[in-house]
Amino acid sequence: MPRVIFEDIIKSYGKLTVLKNLDLAINDGEFLVLLGPSGCGKTTLLNLLAGLLDVTAGRIMIGDRDVTDLDPKDRGLAMVFQSYALYPTKTVRGNLKFGLAAHKLEKAEIEQRISWAAKLLQIEPLLDRKPAQLSGGQRQRVAIGRALVKKVGVFLFDEPLSNLDAKLRTEMRLEIKKLHDELKSTIVYVTHDQIEAMTMATRIAVMDAGVIQQFGTPDEIYGRPANLFVAGFIGSPAMNLRPATLSVSGSTVAARAAGVDLDVSRYGFTTPPRDGQSVVIGLRPEHFGEPDAAVADPAGNFSLPVQYSEKTGSDATAYLKFGDGLIATRVDPEQIGRFKQGDTVNISFPQGKLHVFDAQSGRRL
Amino acid sequence: MSMVMQSGEALVDSAPRFPRKRKGISGRSIAILVFLSICAAFFMVPLYVIITTSFKTMEQIREGAIFSLPSPITIEPWINAWDNACSGIRCEGLKVGFWNSVAILLPSLALSMILSSVTGYALALWNVRWAGTFLFVLFICAFVPFQIIMIPLIILSSGLKVYGTIWGIAIIHAVLSMPFLTLVFRNYYKGIPQEIMSAAMMDSGSFWRIFGEIIVPMSGNIFIVVLILQVTSIWNDFLLGLTFGGLGTQPMSVVLANVVITTTGEAAYNENMAAALLTAIPPLVIYFVLGKFFVQGITAGAIKG
Ligand SMILES: Nc1ncnc2c1ncn2[C@@H]1O[C@H](COP(=O)(O)OP(=O)(O)OP(=O)(O)O)[C@@H](O)[C@H]1O
Ligand SMILES: [Mg+2]
Repeated sequence: MPRVIFEDIIKSYGKLTVLKNLDLAINDGEFLVLLGPSGCGKTTLLNLLAGLLDVTAGRIMIGDRDVTDLDPKDRGLAMVFQSYALYPTKTVRGNLKFGLAAHKLEKAEIEQRISWAAKLLQIEPLLDRKPAQLSGGQRQRVAIGRALVKKVGVFLFDEPLSNLDAKLRTEMRLEIKKLHDELKSTIVYVTHDQIEAMTMATRIAVMDAGVIQQFGTPDEIYGRPANLFVAGFIGSPAMNLRPATLSVSGSTVAARAAGVDLDVSRYGFTTPPRDGQSVVIGLRPEHFGEPDAAVADPAGNFSLPVQYSEKTGSDATAYLKFGDGLIATRVDPEQIGRFKQGDTVNISFPQGKLHVFDAQSGRRL
Repeated sequence: MSMVMQSGEALVDSAPRFPRKRKGISGRSIAILVFLSICAAFFMVPLYVIITTSFKTMEQIREGAIFSLPSPITIEPWINAWDNACSGIRCEGLKVGFWNSVAILLPSLALSMILSSVTGYALALWNVRWAGTFLFVLFICAFVPFQIIMIPLIILSSGLKVYGTIWGIAIIHAVLSMPFLTLVFRNYYKGIPQEIMSAAMMDSGSFWRIFGEIIVPMSGNIFIVVLILQVTSIWNDFLLGLTFGGLGTQPMSVVLANVVITTTGEAAYNENMAAALLTAIPPLVIYFVLGKFFVQGITAGAIKG
């Protein structure tokens, strides 16, 4: 089964360059999620792979075939579109059948594939309805079904869940994940929803402004963000990013931010820290210790006034005044009572969870 | 029973708390009504005269009261107009013209709609080289008056040996209407969501298969609009039929004109009126029948929303 490779892809619309020298290799059987903010070029990349757009420069390989100049129907792909794009005048059955129009198949085989897909997606009772007579979630399934019947090696999904309500989205997320486990095909899945990305992907490519910022497993992306963009984009509430200055004396390294010294001596610097270097430190809200209780191996202790706090049912976040900004900390909702506005709380942050980025380049140090 | 009565009474008793002011007829709406009535009368009065006259006998017409109702009512003028009214020296009525018109209408309808829908589809949904230039040329062509190219067309069609034949008229109708109809189809197809086309490209990729299976079924409304447009303009055309029609191949409108100007003895007004009405009926019928087939929301359910 195929491996998908993008080599040095450039895509421009006139003067506007949407994708810049993009390289990406997707393994066989992988569930790759393209994650990024709106307008970063995710759909464009997917359309290039599908052959619906032409690359300005570069090469696309599927398996060992160069597909850069092939027609969409000859690339051996199936796609689920951002807007479903069902054929409005055809029934559900007709939609699935037309999905096989380019394949020269026998009637029995077509019927067999349609009933297989319909069963898998639980749309059997809907086969004779028109798309207009379906709910959003049902249309979504039909759109997936139209791709599935092709039984290709690579499936492309373009934000298929973005218009569904939260409950249905969670359900469909699980179903797609299950489908992937069953079919073992390669999936390229576009989304700007990080929960979708974190839960479904085997690997995530985080994109911004037409450039892949980081490519790795969900754990890598979350645990070792490669730069400030990824650090700020992944995680909710977002990582606290604060400017700081390093001071190096012997083997101790400290980052001073808004009057607080954080011990970063044992941080795994990839380049040796310089004294006086300006950096950005990243503290995830969920890694702060409980108030007034020291964490093991703290990098520093904060004594900060509470600005405000908010609860979201299972979770609570307190915002503390730090320098001229705020830092968010995740709080056990039971404990939120201890974070009264104006009170000062003492919290600490563990060394192992710190992130340090170069202030100039934005790269992880 | 009494329960029902009680509750009914209670409802009647309680006056609405916030009664709406009743809208009276204001001076402005009277003015509008009067204006609209005058407009309607402008069209209705001649129509009334035509219809009543067509059912009158010649004796009653000679009395000169054009607004009077027909008495006795006779359908003889209609039969004469259809069957044996004289156009020049031939006294075979309008029926010859009617069948000629039908014979012109059907092929030119088919030709113009197939040609322009396929061209519009290609221009709107496929990457056609020079599509922009081609559209511009079509746009210019759509506004060239027929009179300017009439003589060259006559020479051309006689060179092709179709001058004076029904096929000649049909083809020229189709060709002349193509630029405008292509623009109409192209704009309609531009409104089809891009992703439906992308999906079809990935599913089939065949120009004709996508056209036949996806696009044509979505084009019902535009086909009806174009059909009405074409039926009306081809049926009502006079100049083209006059210049390109030979003896015996003239369309109904030309035969009608001849019937009206051919008088032997007195002018048979009742016959002329009936002939005019007969000629006007077919487009009206088409209009009313096809109007019912308009369907709403052709892309319903195709995309999110
Ligand atoms: N036909 C076009 N002409 C010019 N610019 C375009 C065209 N199509 C897309 N773009 C630009 O390319 C960029 C990337 O678009 P793309 O559709 O890939 O975004 P996306 O990442 O899929 O966003 P979203 O999450 O909103 O779907 C955008 O800035 C967009 O404005
Ligand atoms: Mg998109």
